[in-house]
Amino acid sequence: MSKMATREAYGRALAEYGSDERIVVFDADLSGSTNTARFKAVYPERHFNMGIAEGNMVATAAGMASTGKIAFVSSFAMFASERACEQIRNSVCYSKLNVKICATHAGLTVGEDGASHQCLEDLAIMRSIPNIKVVCPADAATTKMAIKAAIETDGPFYIRLGRLAVESVYGEYGDEVPYELGKALQIRDGKDLTIIATGYMVKEAVEAAAALEAEGISARVLDMHTIKPIDSEAIIAAVRDTGLIVTAEEHNIIGGLGSAVAEVVCEEAPCKVVRYGMRDHFGRSGTPDALLEHYHLTTADLVAKCKEALASK
Amino acid sequence: MTQAEEKDLKLFAAKMRRWIIEGVYNAKSGHPGGSLSCTDLMAYLYTKVMRVDPSNPSDPDRDRFVLSKGHCAPALYAALGLRGFFDINNMSNLRKIDSCLQGHPCMLYTPGIDMSTGSLGQGISAACGMAMAGKLDNKDYNVYSIMGDGEMQEGQVWEALMSAAHYKLDNLCAAVDYNGLQIDGKVDDVMSLGDLKAKVSAFGWNVMEIDGHDFGQIEGAYAAFEANKGSGKPFFIISHSHKGMGVSFMYDNAAWHGCAPKEDQYKVAVEELDAAIKALED
Repeated sequence: MSKMATREAYGRALAEYGSDERIVVFDADLSGSTNTARFKAVYPERHFNMGIAEGNMVATAAGMASTGKIAFVSSFAMFASERACEQIRNSVCYSKLNVKICATHAGLTVGEDGASHQCLEDLAIMRSIPNIKVVCPADAATTKMAIKAAIETDGPFYIRLGRLAVESVYGEYGDEVPYELGKALQIRDGKDLTIIATGYMVKEAVEAAAALEAEGISARVLDMHTIKPIDSEAIIAAVRDTGLIVTAEEHNIIGGLGSAVAEVVCEEAPCKVVRYGMRDHFGRSGTPDALLEHYHLTTADLVAKCKEALASK
Repeated sequence: MTQAEEKDLKLFAAKMRRWIIEGVYNAKSGHPGGSLSCTDLMAYLYTKVMRVDPSNPSDPDRDRFVLSKGHCAPALYAALGLRGFFDINNMSNLRKIDSCLQGHPCMLYTPGIDMSTGSLGQGISAACGMAMAGKLDNKDYNVYSIMGDGEMQEGQVWEALMSAAHYKLDNLCAAVDYNGLQIDGKVDDVMSLGDLKAKVSAFGWNVMEIDGHDFGQIEGAYAAFEANKGSGKPFFIISHSHKGMGVSFMYDNAAWHGCAPKEDQYKVAVEELDAAIKALED
């Protein structure tokens, strides 16, 4: 399987779908990093560099969206979701404007840039704002599907993308995946527990399930690519069929996927939910692999977490 | 401008002021001071400048208006209501639970509102986005915005001013309603703006200073904006005004920034404004 960062898949998808003249793209001096430069190379007249001014960028995109455009807005997740948080809330979401915040360099795997650039709170913040859909694709193929869905679905989106090249989960960029916004993808079935993962952690969940299988443990794996609206049906079915949930995310365990799943479980089908992710820390500098090891977020850690959870099932 | 035209403008503005007071009084909250200071600008915009059709408020070719100082929604609602975008009597229901007139403008609730505002600094950015779309689509609509002087303290305003010049938005006309007062007192005491004309000019805008209560000067400013189109520079109006204009006890008084009149005060205001309307109707 080849590797591709979800940010690269995003840039490729933008360039591919860019013949739709409603699409305009905004960037804040990071077009090479976010990959919106790929769109700019084909449609320079519809790409707007707004300089290092994320708040203005988001509100400007809102104004442009009010005229009928589909506005894609990119920066690093840190600055898109937190610097421009209030603009996303008040200028975009309140009025249901057609703005797609595509935030790259999310999570710990940003690596060496360190904690100031490792956004671990965005899912929590974004999903608490009304009218916005929150999406976190696992690989290049589903990133493309998410961008397509965002173009076809009117209204605000937050799409969380990574810097690191990741192995494909479903196939190469451009391969068709039976992707439906708001519907979890079940990657494998199991009966002992369900690992519900999002983004980068989907790959780890698949690897962990294989390792567990070797030890006689049967794990269902769900790719919860849409954090909001979350697929309650898939969660309830997982509780019914496996009786134990482990969530896995490259995000603080407060407020993100784990919380969203726990909310559904508590209200609809109580069972034990174990949240696997960043345990309320800031990150630090290091290679992505070193960081994942440092914060106990490797596949081996996930396997251990699942076994620990099973022991208390 | 003929005397008759000026009289009509003054009458429209006086009626706006009367509805502003009616709305804020009934709501028992709101922002009368700054609404009254930008009334004349807005009266001129909505009767003489803006190409808008109350029966087709979402016409894609219309001129746009963004009230970046969104707390002065009562002035915008009064202008829209008097222009027939909705029944002006809705003003009496301002800020109520079943009202189409929210405390700050919301485009989902109110016909004629082009952008939801209220959080200072964001509206001018949105206006830039609309102007950029006009350029991209080769449309000839203009985008107008009114900001507050206190709002100029928001960093985002300067980001927006920078980007408007960068993208050569000569289809954008922003005005600052410079009444010199904000909630906590004088702008100069809270956080002085310094030489605003020089600053905005330095950001690449053509700037004009006017008396914001003189319709002749307002006419001159918007004519200058029209003449400025093609220059590649956005146009900025520093509109010197008085908070609470038209109501004697609110005049130049920061205490009326965000406070509704009590019944006895309401009666005085109504008496003054009704007298002004009557004098202009005679």
